[in-house]
Amino acid sequence: MHGADFFYQALVYLTAAVVSVPVAKRLGLGSVLGYLLAGVAIGPFALGLVGEDGQDVLHFAEFGVVLMLFLIGLELEPSRVWRMRGPILGLGGLQVGATTGVLAAIGLALGLDGRVALAVGVTLALSSTAIVLQTLAEKDLLRTHGGQSSFAVLLFQDIAVIPILALLPLLAIAGAAGHGDAAEQDHTWVTGLPGWAETLVVLAAVLGIILAGRFLLQPAFRAIARTGLRELFTAASLLLVIATAILMTKVGVSPALGTFLAGVVLARSEYRHELESNIDPFKGLLLGLFFISIGASIDFALIGGDPGGILGLMVALIVAKLLVLLALGRVFKLSLDQNLLFAFSLAQGGEFAFVLLSFAVRYDVVEQPLAGTLIAVVALTMAATPVLMLINEKILQPRLGTLEREGRETDAIEEQGKVIIAGFGSFGAIVGRLLRANGVEATVLDLDSDRVDLLRKLGLKVFYGDASRLDLLHAAGADNAKLIVLALDNPEKNRELVATVQKHFPQLTILARAPGRPAAYELIEAGVEHVFRDKLDSALKLGVEALHLLGFRRHHAYRAAQTFRRHDEKAVRDLAAMRHDKALYLGAARQRIEDLEKLLRGDLADGGELRDVGWDPESLRREYGSGSADAE
Amino acid sequence: MQRVLIVFAHPALEKSRVNRRLAAAVENLSGTTFHDLYEAYPDFDVDVQREQALLEEHDLLVLQHPFFWYSIPPLLKQWIDLVLEHGWAYGPEGRALVGKLVLSVISTGGREDAYQHGGHNRFTMRELLAPIEQTFVLCGMTYLPPFVAHGALGMTSKGIEAHARNYRRAIEALRDGRIDLEAAARAPRLDLALNELIAAPADPP
Repeated sequence: MHGADFFYQALVYLTAAVVSVPVAKRLGLGSVLGYLLAGVAIGPFALGLVGEDGQDVLHFAEFGVVLMLFLIGLELEPSRVWRMRGPILGLGGLQVGATTGVLAAIGLALGLDGRVALAVGVTLALSSTAIVLQTLAEKDLLRTHGGQSSFAVLLFQDIAVIPILALLPLLAIAGAAGHGDAAEQDHTWVTGLPGWAETLVVLAAVLGIILAGRFLLQPAFRAIARTGLRELFTAASLLLVIATAILMTKVGVSPALGTFLAGVVLARSEYRHELESNIDPFKGLLLGLFFISIGASIDFALIGGDPGGILGLMVALIVAKLLVLLALGRVFKLSLDQNLLFAFSLAQGGEFAFVLLSFAVRYDVVEQPLAGTLIAVVALTMAATPVLMLINEKILQPRLGTLEREGRETDAIEEQGKVIIAGFGSFGAIVGRLLRANGVEATVLDLDSDRVDLLRKLGLKVFYGDASRLDLLHAAGADNAKLIVLALDNPEKNRELVATVQKHFPQLTILARAPGRPAAYELIEAGVEHVFRDKLDSALKLGVEALHLLGFRRHHAYRAAQTFRRHDEKAVRDLAAMRHDKALYLGAARQRIEDLEKLLRGDLADGGELRDVGWDPESLRREYGSGSADAE
Repeated sequence: MQRVLIVFAHPALEKSRVNRRLAAAVENLSGTTFHDLYEAYPDFDVDVQREQALLEEHDLLVLQHPFFWYSIPPLLKQWIDLVLEHGWAYGPEGRALVGKLVLSVISTGGREDAYQHGGHNRFTMRELLAPIEQTFVLCGMTYLPPFVAHGALGMTSKGIEAHARNYRRAIEALRDGRIDLEAAARAPRLDLALNELIAAPADPP
């Protein structure tokens, strides 16, 4: 691509996105539909701003799907994937099997050859991972039972693509030419190997990813983290995903599945949140591009040639998939509202259909005109998905009344902590351990990679990252958290974090550590209610012990420290307002110190403010004359 | 209209069955202030001035607490020691509390029949509460018969709910001045005589 050309394209795509997505969101249609409509608008059949190269862009943008699956993998710990094996294999397997059967039957009825019908059926049985997951995530439905079931099915489909790719050539009409060409065009490391060897290579690649994720990536990331260069970390994150995708393509596995796996392997890594926040913007942009390309690739000329037929096929496809999905939802005991969500979200053809259809054409399984029609149908069903989900959400769900709502609490995806601790030095660690001992799991962020490493080895859940970064706070779940503990060693960073939290997460209660009085003043001035001077308590304890060693009763010293503390906390609050006027501040501060000393000596001298007189009523002694002598 | 201050003391509320539900029944009653001592002073550092101001602002003091070793929880004792100062609450010049009412609302682990002469605990509730009663009588206050939930450990949920409803009724009646205080002074326990003591609600103005 030439430079000027590239910038022109970027201009067109970015403008389309920036104009149409906010409009679509405003109208309540969701971003996916906005992107799709933007694609249609700039496509060859409307404004004609992009032409043939739209296909190239589509292939490039498919990488967005890969990034998305990586991010989903990051959210899922291996144990959770294992727990989902039932829905993945059962629900997913039945969905692909049953839908293939039903669609193939329809194909037969429409006069297709048996083998062609089977190929078309299995191709169209797959749904669109990109559109479904993006839409569900946007509506915050991924954690519902319906959303989880959809995810399980999509995951199975991603896995199923591998055997389907292997199966398609077998369906070729016997003696068809072009097999050799196809093999050459699609050469991978496993082409030409016997089936068992192919399987072995794939298993070796998967094993390689797991081992690398376990043993290689941690030290590598740690080294990169130590450089302190943020962009280097971003580069490394992208490199990781791209390398995984290429490796998987080379062994003939869907790159999306491969990166998903890599994500799962890294889900327990301390760099998880950092990776998430680095990859997320790329994923968003590329997915948007992907949806635009889908919109732009809809062949309206073809549709115009036979609008009734194509629309008929589109409706037939959606209805057939819907019915199968609803039936499966019943079998797997989804409640009605969740079943509707599940069925309506998966009732489209998917991006895999584009790949599989071109593959099938190459192997002469499906002929070009039929493939062209089917591609148009699939693109239309994809574009219809956001509309279908709107129908479900706005028309069907409200009619269900107060049916059982599966709460988001019962999610299968890991629930994020209600507390975030920024900074896990000696201070933050004490806070974190006290919380943990009481069953409160906090999400901990720390910027010292060596310390993170050590704490992880001790079994604590700590993540590497600069907590003052907004994207990282998002990734750490600041939107759903209740408290944030600011325990960084650097007061300036703490202050920065206060500003970020107040601006973007006003619902979060801030508990801040202040290393000294000046820091405390600043935090109070910034409007933080819960400020803790980190030396106050230990210094007072030491003072109590010192008094005791000098002969004071311990309880007396303890009460004096309590009084001191109460007085001092109040003084800090009062003085915070005056600290900018030096003369005023010094005068007031001196006064406070004198007041406090008078107060504490009050028990001895007469006058002044007395404490604990209930235990030593001077007035009572006076009232009863010298009665106190008896008590002694 | 009597202003009611409920001073509540329970060192392990999260483990309580009875007191938690009793507290919930009166916590948000209008015209009452619910004051949870263990929540306000976990370090026993009672703010005497604040507490005295609270007492001055109210007419009826309710002390709600479990009965531990025939007495009140330690923070409530600390509160009494420090807040009821000579020269403020008692003594020739201590008149701040004169004429106000006090009510003990207590839960006991032991059953009712244990609290009598010859019973397991050998004394009646009223006898065991004598030091508390005398504390407030010394301050010139009227000590009402206690409102007691006996056998708290074995109470059924239904029993607790009924007792909580009665508690709320009693506080509302005291707040609105609908309890016959003279008759109440002769009753051994407020909770047992509630129906007879509460006058019909006054006609709305």
